[in-house]
Amino acid sequence: MIGISAVPPGLPLILGALLLPLLGPRARAVLVLGLPLLVLALVWQVPDGTSLRLAFLDYELAPVTGDRLSRLFGTVFAIMAFAGGLFALNRSRVVELVAALTGAGSAIGLTFAGDLFTLIVFWELLALSSTLLVWSAMTDRSYGAGMRYLIIHLLGGVILMAGVIGHVADTGSVVFTAMLPDSPAHWLILAGFLVNAGAPPVSAWLPDAYPEASPTGMVFLSAFTTKSAIYVLLRGFPGAEILIAIGLYMIFYGIVYALLENDMRRILAYSIVNQVGFMICGIGIGTEMALNGTAAHAFTHIIYKALLLMSAGSVLYMTGKRKCTDLGGLFRSMPLTTVCGIIGALSISTFPLTSGFISKSMISQAAADQQMAILWFLLTAGTAGVLLHAGIKFPWFVFFQKDSGLRPPDPPLNMRMAMILFAFLCIALGVWPAPLYAILPYPVDYVPYTYAHVVAKLQLLLFSGLAFFIMLPYLKRTLTITLDWDWFYRWLGPRAIGQATRVVSRWHAHRRIDVLRHLGHLFGTLFLYHGPQGILARTWATGSMVLWVVILLGIYLIAYYY
Amino acid sequence: MKQHWLVRPGTIRLLWVVYLFTLALTILAGLITDLHAWFRLDGSVAFNAWFGFLACIGMILFTKLLGHLLQRKDTYYDRD
Repeated sequence: MIGISAVPPGLPLILGALLLPLLGPRARAVLVLGLPLLVLALVWQVPDGTSLRLAFLDYELAPVTGDRLSRLFGTVFAIMAFAGGLFALNRSRVVELVAALTGAGSAIGLTFAGDLFTLIVFWELLALSSTLLVWSAMTDRSYGAGMRYLIIHLLGGVILMAGVIGHVADTGSVVFTAMLPDSPAHWLILAGFLVNAGAPPVSAWLPDAYPEASPTGMVFLSAFTTKSAIYVLLRGFPGAEILIAIGLYMIFYGIVYALLENDMRRILAYSIVNQVGFMICGIGIGTEMALNGTAAHAFTHIIYKALLLMSAGSVLYMTGKRKCTDLGGLFRSMPLTTVCGIIGALSISTFPLTSGFISKSMISQAAADQQMAILWFLLTAGTAGVLLHAGIKFPWFVFFQKDSGLRPPDPPLNMRMAMILFAFLCIALGVWPAPLYAILPYPVDYVPYTYAHVVAKLQLLLFSGLAFFIMLPYLKRTLTITLDWDWFYRWLGPRAIGQATRVVSRWHAHRRIDVLRHLGHLFGTLFLYHGPQGILARTWATGSMVLWVVILLGIYLIAYYY
Repeated sequence: MKQHWLVRPGTIRLLWVVYLFTLALTILAGLITDLHAWFRLDGSVAFNAWFGFLACIGMILFTKLLGHLLQRKDTYYDRD
């Protein structure tokens, strides 16, 4: 029987998004805020197991397949779509809202995909809508960045598709289930997933593209692509050990590049890579504690990262400035944005009583439980580094530091309300983690608030803060960017191709006459022998043919005799 | 122009005093109980304090070094 539980939960968002351009501002607002709530209700209607099956070629697709993990991600994606919509309500271009809701719908769609074909459809739709979201800033920079984003993600999609086809050829099944990185097909699937997670060597797509979106667009972008990649890795490759090394690279890459960065939203973009690194480490550890921690951290991360980007977006929206060198002292006139930014910063730094504290600690705990000493020490150092680059650096350089002379007020009401909602959630989840723990994939056997844990965390964070202020002269902002792997395709590639073109053209210009003479000679010879009158194209009499055959056979006979 | 109370030198001095006092307090709080070490090194005195501090100093110095190699003007890619 097909009931409400068989409706793909992401579908209303995607279909609703297409209606937006036809509606007036008031009806549009109703849809932008109402659809995510409807979707949230649908997410919780999906029972365990497959509730919708469709036939496609020789395969059976399962576009609505639920379990605890998919409902968890569906929930946070729907909450994010609501708050992002609220934040964007007053100013966004319609195309931006269409792209944002389609992206949210695709992310939710793929969290309920029970088969790999459905997964790919939503995967590609997410890539396209995210590109549109970058482009909707309608600047030259956003066009270039969106194009690079699209190229990387289409490439990732092709790699994933190749892997899926290989997997189906190997196993005959399209069911999306846990795999091991043990065959070329599975390596390709893993690589395709990792492209979207911002893993090396293509991490640069994230800080390249996201900060070129509009102030409201980046809030949406931060949530869906990387976290849906975390979802598919959680489901597809739990315990794949290579993910630990990849995750560690991402953690420290994010810290180092964010520390060198001057653009406030690029700082936060590098910080996304850093946070996703912690999650990927958790997936690599692969125990129930680690996977719970990863899922919980994805949930809390979406909320506090969106809060940080709303705070940065408000600053950009009100001042038009995005560089730390131009900003500073904004706490005077933007008190609410400052407080919300600080709450987001405390959460990402995993301060007690904020959401990061109750989620990320589970990943470190899992490393300790497995006696992975080096990993545990590196994760602890990484936690200290998060405080440096996002926890203090972002609020310090934007809201305090020097007095830039700028005195913009807090942003409009809807933006303030979205920030207050997410700031409230950051604190609420930190103070009262039980509801989140109750919906995690596995039963939770973890108590975050022990005396030892709180004291250890406070020591770690407060002394890291001391290091920041002592080393402040070394962290002075300059008008610079930092080269990344994308240098190869943004600088070296175009120049190499340009140089090759010049060499070929020059050679062609100098040697053109010679080349033409040689070619003429070549074609003349060909024509002589193979043309209509050529010796090799002539029709021969049957008699002479027989004669030649007799001669050849005769030679063969003599050769054989000897 | 009148200075905001938060940026007056007196306030900043007070903030530093409170901050350093809090730092000392966390060390003390760690000394009066067992912070439950999983490995050997993390059982050392005030482990989280010195480890966090040194890790951050190390990361900042490494970042500075890398910056010398990889930092370019922020108009670097705009010439294209």
